[in-house]
Amino acid sequence: MNDMLQVHTPASIAPLELDGLGFTHRGQPLLSDLSLRLDGCRRTLVLGPNGAGKSLLMRLAHGLLPPTHGRVRWQGEVPRQAMVFQRPVLLKRSALANLTYALAVHGTPRLRRRTLARQALERFGLGALAHRPARVLSGGEQQRLALARAWLLEPRMLFLDEPTSALDPAAIKAVEDAVTDFHWRGTRILMSTHDLHQARRLADEVIFLCGGRLLEHSPAERFFTAPATPQAAAFLRGELVW
Amino acid sequence: MPQHDSAFATALALILDLDPTLLGIVVLSLQVSLSAVLIAALLALPLGAALALWRFPGRGVLVVALNALMGLPPVVAGLAVYLLLSRAGPLGELGLLFTPGAMVVAQVLLVLPIIAALTRQQVEELHLEYREQLRSLGLSRLRMIPTLLWDARLGLMTVVLAGFGRASAEVGAVMIVGGNIDGVTRVMTTAIVLETSKGNLPLALGLGIVLLGLVGLVNAAAHLVGETARRRLG
Amino acid sequence: MRTRHTLTALGLMSLSLTAVAQDETPYITLASTTSTENSGLFDAIIPQFSETSGIDVRVIAVGTGQAFEIARRGDADSLLVHDTAGEERFVAEGYGTERADVMYNDFVLIGPSEDPASIREAETVEQAFSRIAEAEAPFASRGDDSGTNRAELRLWEAAGVEPDGEWYRELGSGMGPTLNTAAGMDAYVMADRATWVAFDNRQNLVLLFEGDDALFNQYGSVLISEEKHPHLKHDLAQQWHDWLLSDAGQQAIADFEVKGQQLFFPNAE
Repeated sequence: MNDMLQVHTPASIAPLELDGLGFTHRGQPLLSDLSLRLDGCRRTLVLGPNGAGKSLLMRLAHGLLPPTHGRVRWQGEVPRQAMVFQRPVLLKRSALANLTYALAVHGTPRLRRRTLARQALERFGLGALAHRPARVLSGGEQQRLALARAWLLEPRMLFLDEPTSALDPAAIKAVEDAVTDFHWRGTRILMSTHDLHQARRLADEVIFLCGGRLLEHSPAERFFTAPATPQAAAFLRGELVW
Repeated sequence: MPQHDSAFATALALILDLDPTLLGIVVLSLQVSLSAVLIAALLALPLGAALALWRFPGRGVLVVALNALMGLPPVVAGLAVYLLLSRAGPLGELGLLFTPGAMVVAQVLLVLPIIAALTRQQVEELHLEYREQLRSLGLSRLRMIPTLLWDARLGLMTVVLAGFGRASAEVGAVMIVGGNIDGVTRVMTTAIVLETSKGNLPLALGLGIVLLGLVGLVNAAAHLVGETARRRLG
Repeated sequence: MRTRHTLTALGLMSLSLTAVAQDETPYITLASTTSTENSGLFDAIIPQFSETSGIDVRVIAVGTGQAFEIARRGDADSLLVHDTAGEERFVAEGYGTERADVMYNDFVLIGPSEDPASIREAETVEQAFSRIAEAEAPFASRGDDSGTNRAELRLWEAAGVEPDGEWYRELGSGMGPTLNTAAGMDAYVMADRATWVAFDNRQNLVLLFEGDDALFNQYGSVLISEEKHPHLKHDLAQQWHDWLLSDAGQQAIADFEVKGQQLFFPNAE
């Protein structure tokens, strides 16, 4: 369709190292002593029961929150990042204006913004809705708009925090396709979900959290076939774990 | 000016006659209050937004002070500006006392706390919602201000209208710093006070009805703009 | 789009501020009393002065106490008030250079038409005040340190009465508002004749007592010290002062009538 569809041949993305990461809120440790390393251009899915600290991990890694313990370290140049939230936060403007706004923040020259925004809308199937107020779009349309916005920022690292938890199957499919597109373009993905089937469809590797601790970080195939911890095994069997 | 026994008849006659004295008073009232609100808004909108975004020691005191100043009696504001602009005061050299300029200054003082305090509240709420997304986009707090003000604009229009309401309704401040000089600093509210003190109550009330109508017109215009925007932007 | 809005707003503001800016006719600021302004005297005589001199007079109508304060701070070019003792003190303190009698009118006693204290039949104003105090009939006092208020307090003193009690109500208001309140509570009130004649909201109030020499109300024009306030328009103020005392000025005052009544009587020497 256009140049944005091409698969980039990316220069390597700096590895992300989480080093003894912890977060305590009002004396309550919500995440403790978490160390891991993300490199390459993989799709890493974060799994775990509710309250395991999945969202918190994403926010700490993205830099929205400062950790109370340990640190987030990029081994090299900090790459361009974007994040898609469970409930998309869209500005009180038209769908198109939401995208041109992100481009303006991004530093795109004024003259190019509309064209790029239009292309992104078309790409995410929102072309007909360009002038609709973003906030009256359906949940699925809003999430696609949020993805289009992230797409325009050309991130090398994309965080997605349960982006499909409130969507119907068709909308879920659109989001998953988008994640795949990002991946093809050479973007490293860190995405949390509580949908095991979705994780099986998308994951290259899995991070399993439980009670604010990292229990497993392994290739997807191994995680799903031979989980190393009893909690992960129970979680995969669909039992309640906490 | 026309005189009738009933305030409504007087008001009607005032409007229908297009009395030049009244017209002058109306124009001056609008000029003074609109200028004051415009200046106050230009200062108070960013100020309120900054207060919503930054945490610093003494912020709580500042917020409470601003909220309290919303209730500043106009006479006190007038007196403060009078002492400031009086020849014997620190800014006496400007020669602003008893001019429309002085009235604008006094009304800015009255309107600014209202707009700043209410802006802080509205922007703070919106910021709570937008914060993560805007930070994710890499915006500094300074750059968030215009975004938040723009997205809060429908609510902020009501805030600015509240400021305009206060400016156009007050009499205490403009009376003291303007002096109610015929043809120079006489506005709707001071004219109403004057007619009341002459015992000409129907004319005073008639002027009051005209003032109410004017404020109503400004509000209706703003409402129309707001509704159009709301329908367009959801 | 946002810049366009901002520009429009800025444009509107500068437009309105330019419009607010003053025209260039020379003018003086005159601090005077509500009684002269409310009666319409200035509307009648200032145009005549402006026509011959080309000078506009901007009147700040306040209580006499406030008028002195405005002049003392250098915010007015000239004074026209009615408190001879205060005016002389103002000159003695060095704030004023010259004081001259301009005109007089008189105070009148107003009250409910039933006249519960029977002051209609009083021989002197002192007697009228005593009767009001004895009857403890409601009396509305300006209570604002104005010229009228000061004159009223001197009369209570002359009558040997300490005005005090439920019946004596200090309002802290100008002449007009005091008359409005008196009408509302059917109280006695002392007013200058000019304000009374021009006053429209009388309800049950009528004029009950007048004509005593002690009710004489002298107005004086005072020039402000050039030494204290060099920035003032002393030349223009002098022209106004001189015109008030001139034949033309005195005639203009004598010609001013409300409802067929002459309200001020010129008496410049």
